[in-house]
Amino acid sequence: MKVAILGMGSVGKGVASVLSSKDLGVMVTGVADSRSGLIDPDGINIGALLATKRSTGLCGSAGITAMDVVRGAPYDILIEVTPTDAVSGEPALTHIRTALTMGRHVVTSNKGPIVHALHALRSLAASKGTSIRYEATVAGAIPIMHTLADGLAGNEVLALYGVLNGTCNYILTRMAAEGLTYEQALLEAREMGYAEADPTYDVKGIDAAIKLVILANTIWGTSSCLKDVEVRGIDLVTLDALQLAEDQGCTIRLIAEADPSNRILRVSPRILRSRHPLVTEGTLNAITLVTDLAGEITLMGKGAGSVETASAIIGDLLAIRSRYGRCD
Amino acid sequence: MKLEMRDAPGQLVAALKPISDLGGNIIAVIHQRDPGSRSEVLGVQIVLDLPQDRLSDLTDLIRSQGVNILRVNEERLLCTRAVIMIGHLIHTDLGGTVDAIDRTGFAEVTGLTIRMPAIDQRSSARFTIRSVNREHMEDAIAILRTVAREKGLLMIEPMGVSQ
Repeated sequence: MKVAILGMGSVGKGVASVLSSKDLGVMVTGVADSRSGLIDPDGINIGALLATKRSTGLCGSAGITAMDVVRGAPYDILIEVTPTDAVSGEPALTHIRTALTMGRHVVTSNKGPIVHALHALRSLAASKGTSIRYEATVAGAIPIMHTLADGLAGNEVLALYGVLNGTCNYILTRMAAEGLTYEQALLEAREMGYAEADPTYDVKGIDAAIKLVILANTIWGTSSCLKDVEVRGIDLVTLDALQLAEDQGCTIRLIAEADPSNRILRVSPRILRSRHPLVTEGTLNAITLVTDLAGEITLMGKGAGSVETASAIIGDLLAIRSRYGRCD
Repeated sequence: MKLEMRDAPGQLVAALKPISDLGGNIIAVIHQRDPGSRSEVLGVQIVLDLPQDRLSDLTDLIRSQGVNILRVNEERLLCTRAVIMIGHLIHTDLGGTVDAIDRTGFAEVTGLTIRMPAIDQRSSARFTIRSVNREHMEDAIAILRTVAREKGLLMIEPMGVSQ
């Protein structure tokens, strides 16, 4: 099975190193980052690629673009792991459309195209006899899409509740555990590399809302978008509020909630019992699915990280291979 | 309520039937039999939800079945939840916020704990709300949600009210 990887950031490097260290029968024939690209039909040497990227900041020749790789590299599956543009979904959306139109499968961690055009991309894939998988867009290593599609097949999902943003969860955990103010905990999250220089996207609940939209549209076939979600972040949560919750054996977490029967689609800080299954520590993510047959199922795991996100992408690659054959 | 009845077949049913006849909802029946006791009298505790105005009818009906009522503890507001509000609570008419719940008739603010770090900083308050039942709790929280939006307060709701 041959793959091309677009994006050589944390996730792209994680995928490449896992593919080189595990004998999964997957060959990388094309790679591109925002400034360069490389195509080798006989297979790219991943060790050399990562070393070049480390020393020069480039993964290949400056004259080769991501679209050159999409159109020109001999691959079965395109791995689209460029950074998310939540507003337009581009340029990833064009990369994905092009690959699907060419009859190739796509695996992505990029939330932009999925939140904007999930159903259109699925229809396009179906019309070409290919598939698009996006396990890595939501809750990192947690196999939520596989669980929904396979493990809970035949169940009706009635509602879902999730901790979908590790940065917020880390900040709230540290405020509660150490008595830090919101500002102090945010500063610490930045130092630990859990928060961006501009944390707005995370702390205002937007990232969690995007993931909620992806989950809701996947489960219920809806076409919800970000503006349909009622969003409150954690940036106004005080240490006093956490202590008031603690006085009663509770704590506060940012919870994404979808409950179609009550027309609820929202992200907001909530009071939970300290022993509630969604009260996870640090950057851990968790999702509870309420179903008609299985009852409540809660999955918990790492929501971010290079190798953890690669785990979700590799899972998608191997799922495509087992469904569509070896793709040789 | 705590009942005393003869330890004979049909007695418990005789005591419970009037509850459903009057549209009440039995929440729990605690049936304690002391294994060492040879007494022919049995103590039973029943927790139930019943419209206020039907309580005396119920006690009459149960007594007419020959069951002795030892004690009736009335608790009008059975459902309790805590909500946290953050913002300029005092300067946005805290009394009015509390009153929005109290005047419903089906829910009350029964506890209020406020932390005010400094005069120009946002305060945080925990409102303990009690209501007649879960549906009314949802209504009470929806009212507070509207008040919070109007007053620019952040409201942190408990999980598990609606689900």
